[in-house]
Amino acid sequence: MEIGLNHYLVLSTILFAIGLIGVMRRKNLLLLFFATEILLNSVNIAFAAISHYYGDLTGQMFAFFVIAIAASEVAVGLGLLIVWHKRHGNIDLETMTSMRG
Amino acid sequence: MEMFLYIALFAPLVGSLFAALFAASPKTLIAGVVPSLLLFISFIASSILLAYVLQTGGAIHVEMMTWMATGDLYIPFGFVVDQVSVTMMMVVTLVSTVVHVYSIGYMDHDKGFNRFFAWLSAFVFSMMILVMSDNFAGLFIGWEGVGLCSWGLIGFWYHKESATWAANEAFIMNRIADLGMLIGIFLVYWNTGTLQYEQAFAVMPSLDTEILTWMGIFLFIGAMGKSAQFPLHTWLADAMEGPTPVSALIHAATMVTAGVYLVVRANPLYDLIPDVGLFIASLGAFVAMFAASMALVNRDMKRIIAYSTLSQLGYMFVAAGLGAYWVALFHLMAHAFFKALLFLGAGNVMHAMHDELDPFKMGGLSKVMKGTFVMMTLASVALAGLFPLAGFFSKDLILEVGFVQHHYIIYSVLLFTAGLTAFYSFRLVALIFHGEERYKLFGIHPHEAYKFMLIAMSPLLLLAIVAGAMKMTYFEMVTAVLPATEYHIHSEITYWIMTIGTQLFVIAAIAFAYKKYALSKVDVPDGSSDMEKSFIYKLLYNQYYIPRFYENYFVKPYREMSHAFWKEMDILLVDATVDGIAKFIYNTGENTRDMQSGNLSTMLKWMVAGTVALLSLAVVFALAVRYLGV
Repeated sequence: MEIGLNHYLVLSTILFAIGLIGVMRRKNLLLLFFATEILLNSVNIAFAAISHYYGDLTGQMFAFFVIAIAASEVAVGLGLLIVWHKRHGNIDLETMTSMRG
Repeated sequence: MEMFLYIALFAPLVGSLFAALFAASPKTLIAGVVPSLLLFISFIASSILLAYVLQTGGAIHVEMMTWMATGDLYIPFGFVVDQVSVTMMMVVTLVSTVVHVYSIGYMDHDKGFNRFFAWLSAFVFSMMILVMSDNFAGLFIGWEGVGLCSWGLIGFWYHKESATWAANEAFIMNRIADLGMLIGIFLVYWNTGTLQYEQAFAVMPSLDTEILTWMGIFLFIGAMGKSAQFPLHTWLADAMEGPTPVSALIHAATMVTAGVYLVVRANPLYDLIPDVGLFIASLGAFVAMFAASMALVNRDMKRIIAYSTLSQLGYMFVAAGLGAYWVALFHLMAHAFFKALLFLGAGNVMHAMHDELDPFKMGGLSKVMKGTFVMMTLASVALAGLFPLAGFFSKDLILEVGFVQHHYIIYSVLLFTAGLTAFYSFRLVALIFHGEERYKLFGIHPHEAYKFMLIAMSPLLLLAIVAGAMKMTYFEMVTAVLPATEYHIHSEITYWIMTIGTQLFVIAAIAFAYKKYALSKVDVPDGSSDMEKSFIYKLLYNQYYIPRFYENYFVKPYREMSHAFWKEMDILLVDATVDGIAKFIYNTGENTRDMQSGNLSTMLKWMVAGTVALLSLAVVFALAVRYLGV
C-alpha cells in the first residue's frame, strides 16, 4: 500500500487531537508542555507532508521555524517552571490561581 | 444718543450682577446701594432719551448685533426708543429706582438682602429689554425674563411653603399663556416673514382678516397671562406672598402692564381686527368689575390692592381694545405711580404691624404713621379718580372713550366699578388709619418707617398728584406713533353732567366707606355677623370659588393623571425596559464571572471550546457561501 498524503494528514489530526486532550486534561505543568509539543509537531507533520505533495519547499521551511520557536518557548517555559518549583515545591496547575477574577 | 440707550438698558444688568456677587454672603449694604445708584443712572439716561424724543419727535433705532441669521430668518438684537417705549422706560426706571431705595430700608433685617437686589435688578433689566426691543423675539426674551424674575421674587422666602406654591402657580399660569403668545409670534413670522415690528405691521393690511384674527387672539392670550386677565387671574393675588416692594414694582407698576404694552405696541394689528378689540374691551370691563367685587370683602391688605390692580388692568384693556391706545398707555403710567405708592405704603403698615395683613386688626394708625397715612390716602384718592389727581384724568378718559364709542354697557360697568373702587380703597384706608386702635388688643406697638423710605416714596406721591396735568404734552408726544383719536363728548352739557356725576358717585362711595368703617364701631370679624353668613359675601370672599374650582377640576385631575402615568407608564413600562436591559447585562456578567477562576486548565478548556466554536462557525459560513450563494 502506497503511503500518501492522506495518511500523513490523518496522523497529524490524531496527534493534534491527542495534544488537545492533553492540554485540557493535564494538571502537571511539565506534562502540559509535552502536550503543546505534540500539538506543534502534529502541525509540523502536516506542513512537511503538504510541502512534499506540492513540491514546494516553503512548508518545510515553515516547519523548521516552528521547531525553532517551540525550542525557545520550551526553554523559557522550563525556566519559569523551575523557578515556580523552587518557590512552591510543586508544579500543580490547580494551585496556580493567582489570576482569579 | 445711542450711548444713553445702552446705559439705560445695561445699567440694571450691571447692578444685578454686582449684587449677585454677594448673593451668598450675609447682608452687605453696598449690594443694595450700588444697584440703586445704577438704576438711578438708568433713570437719568431714560430722561435724556425722553427729552431727545420730545425735542426731535423721532425715534432712536439701534441694532446691537445679529442674533439669528439662517436662510430667510434674520433676527437682530435690535432696540428702539420711540414715544411708546420711552414712556414705558420712564415708568419702569422711575418706579424701580424708588422701589430699590425703599427696599434698602424694607429688607433691612432680611437674610437674603443681597439676593433680593440681584433678582430685583435682573427684573428691571428684563423689563427694559421687553419694552425696548424692536422685534417680537426680543420682546419674548424680556417677557420670559420678567416671568423668571417674578418667580424668583414671589418665592423669595422659599422656606415658606405658601410662597413657593404661589411662585410656581404664577410661573405655570404664565407658561400656559406664553404658549399662546409663542403661537401668535409664529403666526406673525409665518405670514409676514419677519419679526421686526415695523416690517411685520407694514405687511399686515394685505393679509386675510381670518389670519389676522388668529394672530390677534393668540398674542392676546399671552397678554392675558402676564396681565392676569380672567381666567388666568388667580396667580396675581397669590403672588402677594412675595416681599411688598416686589408687589409694588412687579405686580402693580411694571410687569403686569406688559400685556397692555403688547396690545398697544401691536396697535396696527388690532386696528385691523376691531372684533377682537371689542372682545378685549368686554373682557377688560368684566375683569374690572369682577376684581373690584372681590376686593370689597377681602381681609388681606395686600390682596385688596392686588385685586384693585387687576381691576385697573381691566380698565386699560378696555381702552386698548376700543382703539384708544394712548389712553391705555396714559392710564398705565398714572396707575403705575399711585399703585406703587399704595403698595409701598402698605409695606410700611405691614412693617409697623409686624407682618399683620388683616386691616380689621389695625385701626387708628394715622396717629403713629402720619407720613404713610398722607401718602396712602392721596394714592387712594388718585386711584378713586377724584379731581385733580392723576386717576381723574386717566380713568375718566377711559369712561369717555366707552361713552363716545357708544359702548354703553361697557361704560356703565366701568362707571359702577369706579364706585366700587372708591369704596374698597377707602374701606382699606379707614380700617387701617381711622377708628379705634384695635391693634392694642393684639399687643402690637406700631412705628413709622425709616425717614429715607418716606423720602424715596415722595417722587411717586408727586407724580400721583400731578401726572394728570401732563396729559396734553403726553398726548402730543405719543400720538406721533399711536392713532391720535381725541375723545370729546360733543354736547358740553352731557360732558359736565357725566364728569360731575361720576365725581359725586365716587365721593358718595368714599363717604359710605368712611361712615361704615371709620365712624361706626368696627369689630374684628369672627364669622358671626349676618353679612358674613350671606351667600354673596361668601362668594366674594372665596373669590367666586374659582381657585377652588381650579384646584378640584384642573390641579387634582392633573395630579392624579400624573400619578397614574408615573405608576403605570413610567415604572411599569419605561423604567422596566431600561432596567431590564441593564439587568440582563449585569446578570450575564454575574453568571460568566465563574469562567475567570484563574485555573489554567479551565481557561484552556474554554479556549479550546472557543476555537471549536469559531471553527464550526467558519465552516458553516463557508458551506453557506458555497451552496446557498449568500
